[in-house]
Amino acid sequence: MDILVLLKQVPDTESMISIADDGVSIKGDGLKYVINPYDELAVEQALKIREAQGGTVTIVSVGSAKTEQAIRTGLAMGADKAVLIDATGMMIDGLGTAKIMAAAIKELPCDLIFAGHRAVDDDNYLVGPATAEFMGIPNISMAIKAEVQDGAIVCQCTVEGGTKDVKAMLPALVTTQRGLNEPRYTSLPGIMKAKRKPMDVKTVADLGLDAAELKPLVTIKSMSQPPERKGGRMIEGDSVQAKVAELVRVLHEEAKVI
Amino acid sequence: MASDIYFNKDHHAVRMAVREFVNKRINPYVDEWEKNGFIPLHQVFKQMGELGFLGIRYDLQYGGEGLDYWYECIFYEEFAHIKGCSLPLAAAVQISMATPAIYEFGSEYLKETYLKPALKGEKVAAIAVTEPGAGSDVSAICTTAAANKDHYILNGSKTYITNGAQADFLTLLARTSDEPGYHSFSLFVVPTDLPGFSAGPKMDKLGMRASDTAELFFDNMKIPAQNLIGKQGEGFIYQMKQFQHERFAVLPLAYTLVRDMADITVEHLKNRVAFAKPLIAKQVLRHRLAGYLAQAESLQQLTYHIIRMKMAGQDVTKQVSMGKLIAGDLIIKAAGGCLQMFGGSGFINDTLISRYYRDVRLLSIGGGASEVMSDIIAKTSGF
Ligand SMILES: Cc1cc2nc3c(=O)[nH]c(=O)nc-3n(C[C@H](O)[C@H](O)[C@H](O)COP(=O)(O)OP(=O)(O)OC[C@H]3O[C@@H](n4cnc5c(N)ncnc54)[C@H](O)[C@@H]3O)c2cc1C
Repeated sequence: MDILVLLKQVPDTESMISIADDGVSIKGDGLKYVINPYDELAVEQALKIREAQGGTVTIVSVGSAKTEQAIRTGLAMGADKAVLIDATGMMIDGLGTAKIMAAAIKELPCDLIFAGHRAVDDDNYLVGPATAEFMGIPNISMAIKAEVQDGAIVCQCTVEGGTKDVKAMLPALVTTQRGLNEPRYTSLPGIMKAKRKPMDVKTVADLGLDAAELKPLVTIKSMSQPPERKGGRMIEGDSVQAKVAELVRVLHEEAKVI
Repeated sequence: MASDIYFNKDHHAVRMAVREFVNKRINPYVDEWEKNGFIPLHQVFKQMGELGFLGIRYDLQYGGEGLDYWYECIFYEEFAHIKGCSLPLAAAVQISMATPAIYEFGSEYLKETYLKPALKGEKVAAIAVTEPGAGSDVSAICTTAAANKDHYILNGSKTYITNGAQADFLTLLARTSDEPGYHSFSLFVVPTDLPGFSAGPKMDKLGMRASDTAELFFDNMKIPAQNLIGKQGEGFIYQMKQFQHERFAVLPLAYTLVRDMADITVEHLKNRVAFAKPLIAKQVLRHRLAGYLAQAESLQQLTYHIIRMKMAGQDVTKQVSMGKLIAGDLIIKAAGGCLQMFGGSGFINDTLISRYYRDVRLLSIGGGASEVMSDIIAKTSGF
């Protein structure tokens, strides 16, 4: 079984993010970059299925030279090879990324694709489903279970307030949700082996796409920091009962959350 | 980042792997271990072994990673971010104190039977040198191993042995002759499941409270002759060489810990308002912290110099002794100074700074006291 993983490199969620001078992007200098956490789940699930069924796991990523670091981490986890589409300097939105992904995947053997349900930097929720759409294959979103059974992928997915069971014939694309698995840690032997694993670097032009096709439909107009969180508030009272009553009142009347 | 001059992408990847492990699999459990006064080493070492952390500079042939001292240094730098020194100590015993002599001087049998499982984390190792009557003066040990056909008979006791209560084997120094001089000692691998071995109750310590430290007794214990490391009579020399690895391991732990203590202190001073301003505005406190950081930086540079010397095959005894001397002094000064800046909260037992303060006190005592380091420095400097 040939499994692909769509992987994005994102700033570490623990990084301090600051807005660049242009007002529409973030400062990249000094940021620590990691694999998008949902894509880590995607790598893990692909590896699990490969371990059970045999086959290959290939990482596909749209990024720049520095993306190699995240890709190597995925290879160190155990993926076999990678394709990096270097789009340095291009302004691309989620739909554009999906077009590039679909074009890159066309050249690869592919039975099953895993992707994160969103990347934690742009929070678009788009690239996975849009890639499936451009490829004309089924998409299953937010899986917390995913098993291959008789040429199909059988998933349990989260939906508002519950779960649903979904099945699609392969090839199909599945996006991951927290709870699907516990991604493995990278080991030193894994890191050393990853150095020798092949990574193909391609440009958008190599895939036969031209810039006009990828013109973003969504553009960022401006960015701002969320308002600073206010300090906590202590509920006063003479007894536990009085404090609880006051807490309930504040939550109901002031915060309006209950 | 300045350290990029020294490190490439592979180093970085290893650093990240250790960091993630420490953040997710170690730090969440440290408080519990401290409370219980116990770390389940078989379980933790198994995880570390699977990730290749226990045999970084050992040959692939024995289940190591075949990497160099830079990688080992990175491992210790990252492991120092553990919130308490008990596990770093236990791991340093496994990696740099109890196994280097087996690797360097041991037979294939010993490497297969003890080194390999130790690197996989399947066997816990301890180093047994100190005795009730002999610490700094190693040559005063009186545990004896008497040769008898195909085995040795071991009698005596060892004390303050880290991992002692959990260890599957000890790398142990014993007397094999009554003659004076340094050729009367031999180093053995002593499995703890043989008859005649017993361990005393857990010792109640100032710091390193999650680390098990035990007194060990050997009563006519029969040790197979094949468990002798290298040649009979060479044990003292082997152990002096093994000490170099042990003392080296202390250095990256020390400068990283100094920085971590400074970090949490700065954080505290920023938030603690006194005399209408955050305390961090006080120049006297800023300067004190700056001093610690300056000395941590120079200790790091000495460490990197030592790595380059080691990689070039040079003898580092003098420089490692200098490093350990500086590390011991610095870390005790920094821990005390940082704790002072926490005021009363630093005096409360379950705050991190007080744990550091208690734990790092060992650094100038264990593995060769500071005064012993000074003696070595003087001797190797020709006076
Ligand atoms: C928590 C802990 C863990 C330990 N783990 C191990 C272990 O795993 N394996 C092991 O073998 N040992 C271990 N030790 C023992 C440790 O190595 C010894 O305590 C140390 O070497 C000092 O020996 P000593 O305690 O006998 O002190 P002594 O030798 O009695 O020395 C006492 C003090 O005298 C001074 N002194 C000593 N020599 C000189 C000198 N030449 N000139 C001037 N002053 C001097 C120093 O200040 C020294 O601290 C451990 C100790 C502790 C506390």
